[in-house]
Amino acid sequence: METHQTTGTAAVAAPVHDEHFQEHIRRYLYVFYALIFGTVITVLASYIPFGGHRSLNIAVALVIASGKAFLVCGYFMHLISERKMIYGILAFTAFFFVGLMFLTLWSFGDPPSFLTTH
Amino acid sequence: MDIPYTSAPRPDTGLYNAKVGIWLFLASEVMLFGALFSSYILLRVSMPEGYWPHGWLNIPIGTANTIVLITSSITTVMAWAACKMNQYGRFKFFHACTILLALTFVCIKSYEYHDKFTHYSIKLANGKMADGHLIHKSPDFNVATKTGEIEIHGHEVDFKGKQGAELETELKKIYDLRSPEGTAAHKESKELKYAASEITAAETYGPWHHTYLAIYFTLTGLHALHVIGGAIVIGFLWGPGSRMWRRDHERFTNRIEVSGLFWHFVDLVWIFLFPVLYLL
Repeated sequence: METHQTTGTAAVAAPVHDEHFQEHIRRYLYVFYALIFGTVITVLASYIPFGGHRSLNIAVALVIASGKAFLVCGYFMHLISERKMIYGILAFTAFFFVGLMFLTLWSFGDPPSFLTTH
Repeated sequence: MDIPYTSAPRPDTGLYNAKVGIWLFLASEVMLFGALFSSYILLRVSMPEGYWPHGWLNIPIGTANTIVLITSSITTVMAWAACKMNQYGRFKFFHACTILLALTFVCIKSYEYHDKFTHYSIKLANGKMADGHLIHKSPDFNVATKTGEIEIHGHEVDFKGKQGAELETELKKIYDLRSPEGTAAHKESKELKYAASEITAAETYGPWHHTYLAIYFTLTGLHALHVIGGAIVIGFLWGPGSRMWRRDHERFTNRIEVSGLFWHFVDLVWIFLFPVLYLL
């Protein structure tokens, strides 16, 4: 397979072998089945009453969604074996994302209890 | 002048430039959707008990759309794998599937939006409320000028003078359609006809009707714009853009990878939107 190099010093990508990729394709299919299974489980779990505690339904759904997100990010987006720079970008993103979520939680501390009159 | 490192990796990062670019873009997208998810949490927990809707969206339709999007993710990654293995026919097939699945997703979403814009909440002069889908509306129907009439398929609820458990039951008929009370009310739906003179206010289930619908339309609307944008890019790479296959195969494969990363992100957002908006 012909490869192209647009600038001087960079290395040329190695040719890809079919057998190696068949293994990858099998893995993608397993991930696909797992995602479909996860979707069905999410829907079914939302019907479980959990003794009337809706918060448990929310927790279960978000745990399953996080598992599905891991599969998409890890395998479809190849984050399971990515370069350090991408991990660096994502570490910053995760830090600010968590901060964003905590801002919402902190807002429930307003106004401070010692300032309220009732 | 050639754009540097479009196919070969930069020595210091070990990545071609477009890959760094797409990940930086996706990082900004995480913050965009993160802000909206954060708003959703704030709106939801601020709502008084019993007034946050449950079951307003059709779960089988939402589940089908989730499966459509997941399937489009596998076809995208298969198209990239076909590029890597230099199989043009397979690439064309899988990316055509991705485009068709994207269109299917948008069609299903449009159907759901249409359902909301034909769903009426009607406040009656006798103090009751009627809720249901539009069957017919006379051309002169106008609540302000008290002319014409409207016919819906739905049910009535009566909040007047109700308190405690009684009020809770009536609220569930509107806000919790997955509760036994809500399901029963929905099953008892029938054709209801009102003259405009009997109505004090009427509105559809648009974003103006409820905070839940405001955040629902904002989140899913923004997500649908991403689906349409992604489909246009993938459509270009499938059609005229695929000429690069012969000219610069490595660079073309990278373009498919970058568009695929965006597409998987769109799928990722939906993985959280679906349970949050449809199930919880």
